Amino acid sequence: MQSAYISLGDLKAHRTALAAPAAPQASGCSTTGSAGKASCGSSDGPGDMPAEIWEKVKNHPCYSEEAHHHYARMHVAVAPACNIQCNYCNRKYDCSNESRPGVVSQKLTPDQAVKKVLTVASEIPQMTVLGIAGPGDALANPQKTFETFRQLQEKAPDIKLCLSTNGLALPDYVDEICRYNIDHVTITINMVDPAVGEKIYPWIYWDHRRITGYEAAKVLHERQMLGLKMLTARGVLTKINSVLIPGINDEHLMEVNREVKKRGAFLHNIMPLISEAEHGTHFGLTGQRGPSAQELKDVQDACAGGANLMRHCRQCRADAVGLLGEDRSDEFTLDKIEEMEIVYDLEKRREYQDKVEAERQAQHAAKEAALAAAGGDDGMKVLVAVATTGGGKVNQHFGHATEFQIYELTGASTAFIGHRRVDLYCQGGYGEDEQLPSIVNAINDCHAVLVAKIGACPRDELKAAGIEPVEEYAHEFIEKAALAWFADYRRRVAAGEIEHIERGDARIRQGAVMAA
Amino acid sequence: MAYKIIGSTCSGCSACDPVCPNEAIREKSGVFIIDPAKCTECVGHFDTAQCVAVCPVDRCIVKA
Repeated sequence: MQSAYISLGDLKAHRTALAAPAAPQASGCSTTGSAGKASCGSSDGPGDMPAEIWEKVKNHPCYSEEAHHHYARMHVAVAPACNIQCNYCNRKYDCSNESRPGVVSQKLTPDQAVKKVLTVASEIPQMTVLGIAGPGDALANPQKTFETFRQLQEKAPDIKLCLSTNGLALPDYVDEICRYNIDHVTITINMVDPAVGEKIYPWIYWDHRRITGYEAAKVLHERQMLGLKMLTARGVLTKINSVLIPGINDEHLMEVNREVKKRGAFLHNIMPLISEAEHGTHFGLTGQRGPSAQELKDVQDACAGGANLMRHCRQCRADAVGLLGEDRSDEFTLDKIEEMEIVYDLEKRREYQDKVEAERQAQHAAKEAALAAAGGDDGMKVLVAVATTGGGKVNQHFGHATEFQIYELTGASTAFIGHRRVDLYCQGGYGEDEQLPSIVNAINDCHAVLVAKIGACPRDELKAAGIEPVEEYAHEFIEKAALAWFADYRRRVAAGEIEHIERGDARIRQGAVMAA
Repeated sequence: MAYKIIGSTCSGCSACDPVCPNEAIREKSGVFIIDPAKCTECVGHFDTAQCVAVCPVDRCIVKA
């Protein structure tokens, strides 16, 4: 029996009840310029957390919203086997939430994976993080996973290692995780109540048998909580991923948030369910829908103030390479890396990363300056979409964007709240007019879209849809550009030139977008 | 007395290989196969056939 769908009104009422009394009200990866703690703990800077934790997360694109504009990660698909079945995953393809669906990964042996990592590290010096995230479960393939880590610890000592798991086997491998200096572990936890869990997990393979129903979810839950506590006790930073499944665990995720925080989770990442029927997942085939952008944001906002919340997750494929939001894995297929020369030059990587660090500091300084100059909060709040290729700047042509980053602005703050995937508008130099309505749907909750440049046709159509296309801040840092636009917007509203109208909801793009 | 893997539905995920108590399973051209001479259907080792219990694809591993 499926529980009744929880309406947004219920959620909002719930949020008030949940608000922690002394917790600063932070929404999104907010930076208010005041002493308020940012909810993406890692986005603000060293002042937010103990020095040794800051050292671990500052260059990790998946743990730091600020770092994700500048540093790259890669995943190697050495772990194809899994020990549980999730209703949002179809193992004929990749896991649809932990990695993007539809395109089958090239499975790698540990030796092939190590070679690939060294090749990418010499080609992309800002690649600082290597993760094993499947396409099955990293710890259901312990030999392959740990052999890869063992070799990399020797050959690429400056790369941070991380893994992601459903947690079932986790308590058995905590010693091993610590042996290879794996700093970051992600556990996917969708429930802390087996009655919810049995709607998400049809079975687990545990203790040499297949267990189904409530008992399966109970065992999984107990193993997840035990594993999380053990990692916390050993000082391993742990991120919790949760898939938001409307009607099944949406309200429940607030309880998940509380329970994982209590056990020492560093970061909580709430991701939308991906459930297109063509992916062949149980949820996809039975019509279980994913959340809208507003529903996702409401649950994330309701959880802010609990464990630090992450909003920049791109639900990467298990073999993704590059900055979050980009995937350069096609450049590093097995036959291509065979022909590439590996020059693992630690010094060169360090020099390059120093430059990246300088740019990141410049973005941070620009944001601080813009916030200091901002007019002050008068209650008006809007979302804007930004086209960026990285570096923290408004530097992408509208027609070249495959995703937009979404920022929430008030007169005194900017908060990164997420991203929206879109179909490429411009192909082969010509605009694809049929793509435009889907782009408008994806950013329909935004008042403006900040781009480096935009053609005349999409500009007019966006305006007609009530979204202002903005080119004036091309190549400026994002927060500075957004606040400058918003100051001008409010000036125009005050002068009566335009009318401030609330925007509607937006649709979260489903499924694979990287197939070029 | 043996199980077989239906190659056309096998996803090649390798979950079955390490759980076999008889080392009867190996990879061949991207999918897995069971050596019928080695397979005991786990009798004497476990209550249920391990490869069937762990396989994520329904009806992919069946009695030969």
